[in-house]
Amino acid sequence: MRFLFKTDYEDDIRLVPHSGYVLSYGALFVLLIIAPYVLSSYLMSQVVFVCIYATVGVALLILTGFTGQASLGHAAFLAIGAYTAAYLQQYNVPFPVYFLAAGLLTGAIGAIVGFPALRLQGIYLVIATISFAFIVEEILARWESVTHGNEGMRVKTIQWLGTTVPRDSPAFYFLCLAVLVLTIVGALNLLRSPTGRAFIAIRDSETAARSMGINVSLYKVKSFAISAGITGFAGCLFAHKLSFISPEMFTLQLSIEFIIVILIGGTFSLHGAVLGAIFIVMLDPFLTYLKDDVPGMVGSLAATLGAGSERAGHIQDSVAAFASANGLKGAIYGVIIVLFVLFEPLGLYGRWLKIRLFFQLFPLYKRATFKRQKIYVKSERNR
Amino acid sequence: MLDFVQQLVSGIALGCVYGLIALGFVLVYKATEVVNFAQGDLMMLGGFFAFTFIGILGLNYWIGFAAAVACMAALGMLAERLVVRPILGYPQFSIIMATIGLGYFLRSIAGMIWGTDDFKIETPFSQGVLRIGSLVLAYDKLSVIAATIILCALLYLFFNKTTLGTAMRASSENMLAAYYMGIPVKRVVSIVWAISAAVATCAGVLLAPITFIHSNVGLVLGLKAFPAAVLGGFGSIPGAVVGGVLIGVIESMAGFYLPEGWKDVAPYIVLLLVLLLRPQGLFGLPMRKKV
Repeated sequence: MRFLFKTDYEDDIRLVPHSGYVLSYGALFVLLIIAPYVLSSYLMSQVVFVCIYATVGVALLILTGFTGQASLGHAAFLAIGAYTAAYLQQYNVPFPVYFLAAGLLTGAIGAIVGFPALRLQGIYLVIATISFAFIVEEILARWESVTHGNEGMRVKTIQWLGTTVPRDSPAFYFLCLAVLVLTIVGALNLLRSPTGRAFIAIRDSETAARSMGINVSLYKVKSFAISAGITGFAGCLFAHKLSFISPEMFTLQLSIEFIIVILIGGTFSLHGAVLGAIFIVMLDPFLTYLKDDVPGMVGSLAATLGAGSERAGHIQDSVAAFASANGLKGAIYGVIIVLFVLFEPLGLYGRWLKIRLFFQLFPLYKRATFKRQKIYVKSERNR
Repeated sequence: MLDFVQQLVSGIALGCVYGLIALGFVLVYKATEVVNFAQGDLMMLGGFFAFTFIGILGLNYWIGFAAAVACMAALGMLAERLVVRPILGYPQFSIIMATIGLGYFLRSIAGMIWGTDDFKIETPFSQGVLRIGSLVLAYDKLSVIAATIILCALLYLFFNKTTLGTAMRASSENMLAAYYMGIPVKRVVSIVWAISAAVATCAGVLLAPITFIHSNVGLVLGLKAFPAAVLGGFGSIPGAVVGGVLIGVIESMAGFYLPEGWKDVAPYIVLLLVLLLRPQGLFGLPMRKKV
């Protein structure tokens, strides 16, 4: 086991705590660079979605995980980013300009949303962000001169300085990856800066933060603006990846998916956003696999175990019927959320930490290390 | 003027359904400080149970209604036991997510069992109208209003006149203190969930003649019940019903007098205004700050 001796504050907030990080993240970086030349184009497209979802996940982590302000309205921020990009693109605005505009405008709107949200807490904030998202969705559907209403908008491929970047090319993947990496590095730097420390203080106790001289309102609005801005950048990429956007893509369902991303990944670390995004996006290929291959496998397994061919065929059919049943995806989503909340509240990254600690401390690992405290007095109502 | 009264009555009828769903939110919130995002889906499931008993098995309307309520009360207790009890006392965010997950699950399961079509339940009030002068009021809408009033009266009596109701109020005030005083808090919470699921079922069955029952109806109406609960003040039982009626009337009026599109947004605009101007709602007590 490695012991890190920290002798001053600089040691505590270093981006790279020890040399092991360079090695493991370097290896990951090399894998990501060679990925487009190894993986199939379908998988590559899923990886691009992982990058976009993870970017939104990082944005949501800054707001929900580190400032403690739950939001179920991030699909609206994504929509604002996507529509800004699509609208400006019609007037031949170059890509970097409308990319920046998408992020900045969304950030500004996020700050405007942040002001009313100052007075709200917990469940009220969740409901208010849901309402905000509904209103944005309705505006997108009705403001036809700008958004083309329910017909949706086409988004052309990225063109800049004479080069085109099609949405399924490796170059587009590298663009998304670069945005994700920059977002993560930016978020890491933010979180070790005074601003990030203030966010965490607000999450842990607003009253304590205020008595330490933190301007709570200012930092909450900042957190909203930063989170919305990052989501706006992701929205621009999202629009390009889909090449067509319409209001019904940005529903409550999508906001919930983003929350699931950080819930499954783990809400206490930026690793969670990436792990959760991988989980959510790769669920689709997994379900397709389930639909196509598993019935045959179960059927042949039944046959080898001695079931008659007619019986095996029957088993195969019923498994196929179950796998392709309408709404199976929703049921799986529901079960996954409930199971994670009940049994793995720290998410996938928490599970990794537990496994790592288990081997580091073997055989002295105690499960109680990660036990959460239960509070039975009504604290949140009076906070 | 006639149009106005017609819109008012249909708004109140719709609002009563919102109010009943909001009542379910408030019951659970008061008892356990859990906001049940699956409340609308419980309503949907209640409607489907009633449809199965009445429409498919051909039972008498009232027997089918009672059977659906009983089934859903049991299901509510089961949901509380499996999903909510293990995480009571954890941060609110976890609990909200768990109930969202529960809602997803119930919706998909309902879609898998009953399909995604619209269903209608034949009720004794489906046909017939009440005529007062030139005013025409459908019985199905009046039945919703009457049933809401009866349910509210029953709940009021239950909470204020019975021992169990008093125990529920005590444990909603402070779970730990109630436990020390010998109230079986776990069983009380379980019963609260059963009542809330039963109220949701009533809403679902009463709604069936007005809007059709389909697997997504719970999500749509459940989200409209949030403005109702917030408008009434989240912890207040009369507030939930009054808030529901107000939201229903506002929605109905917006649909009639304002251009297209306002109808769906109006409840949420009202909600945001309430949250900005009077976060404790119409009937709520101002929140105190404690460190």
